[in-house]
Amino acid sequence: MSTTTEAVPEEIHPSDEAHDDHDHGLSDFGYIKVALLLAVLTAAEVLIYFAPPGALEVPLLLILMVVKFEIVVAYFMHLRFDNKLFTWMFVGGLVLAIAVYAAMGTSMLFWTDPAGCDLSPNLNC
Amino acid sequence: MTDTPATGSTAAAVEPAEGDEPQIAYPRTEWDDYEIVPPTTSLSNEKLTMWTFLGSDCLLFGALISTYLLLRNRRPLSGDESLRAADLFDIPFTSVSSFVLLMSSLTMVLAVSAIARGEMERCKLWLLTTAAQGAVFIAGQVYEFTSFYREGLGFTVSISSSAFYTLTGFHGVHVSLGIIMLVTLWAMVNRGIIGPERADTVEIIVLYWHYVDIVWIVIFAVVYLIP
Repeated sequence: MSTTTEAVPEEIHPSDEAHDDHDHGLSDFGYIKVALLLAVLTAAEVLIYFAPPGALEVPLLLILMVVKFEIVVAYFMHLRFDNKLFTWMFVGGLVLAIAVYAAMGTSMLFWTDPAGCDLSPNLNC
Repeated sequence: MTDTPATGSTAAAVEPAEGDEPQIAYPRTEWDDYEIVPPTTSLSNEKLTMWTFLGSDCLLFGALISTYLLLRNRRPLSGDESLRAADLFDIPFTSVSSFVLLMSSLTMVLAVSAIARGEMERCKLWLLTTAAQGAVFIAGQVYEFTSFYREGLGFTVSISSSAFYTLTGFHGVHVSLGIIMLVTLWAMVNRGIIGPERADTVEIIVLYWHYVDIVWIVIFAVVYLIP
């Protein structure tokens, strides 16, 4: 039987609630460097739009979009430095949204309605 | 609630006094040293709530974006008009407003850094700068909508224009709410209601602001740039 002098683990001590869930991320200069990178990536997107590199246009734009998204979430929203539970809450919603609407999109594009009505550009319902 | 150990307490079976209900013995744990067990994950509940909200809001924008993608090429059902929003996009103009919104995320994190260091004047400056950048973005959106309308692309002209206005309009509403929150936050910091000890509160609003930024990153690429 233990004695009453046992210490409660540090991470669940009430006085520490809400203060130990992250460190404080980058310095101001670090944030400015991240913003400059985002500006460069945005410029690259616009450049690709005006001078499309053929079949690579769409993949490149999608990759740049994902990279910008990831940078903002990781550094500006501090997910890289925060508790993983926050990441799971957000990514869970994001993955659910992508899955649901990908399923919806494919059903609209590839499955024909028995009434002969679909959402392709050339058919009106 | 107290976090003071109840000195000398034990969780083992206790001999009941005459007339008392007998107590059940159970294995002793570290929680027996506290009168109330703190129900905590050690995380900020407000922050966890905001992340949960943002995750759920992905479903809203996912619905709007996928609807637009499905309907973007639909022409009007009647009349000779064949306008689509994509035919009227002014990419240089939208690129500038996208850049302004992107840079507002920088000023937003600088505001959080400033309040965490106790530099309240600098925090207020960055908050106002962020709100102003958001207002510039909204002004650009109003200009874009107005010019589209003058070109003949009303909300009900076609199902694709309805999808476009609904998607970008909902994002604009999110940005507008963010501006209201930022101005309110500025006023609270200005009155001393929020100080460095409540930097976590500021961080909640910051998360929302960055979220509208990342949604625009997706909209800008998927709706405006990808042919």
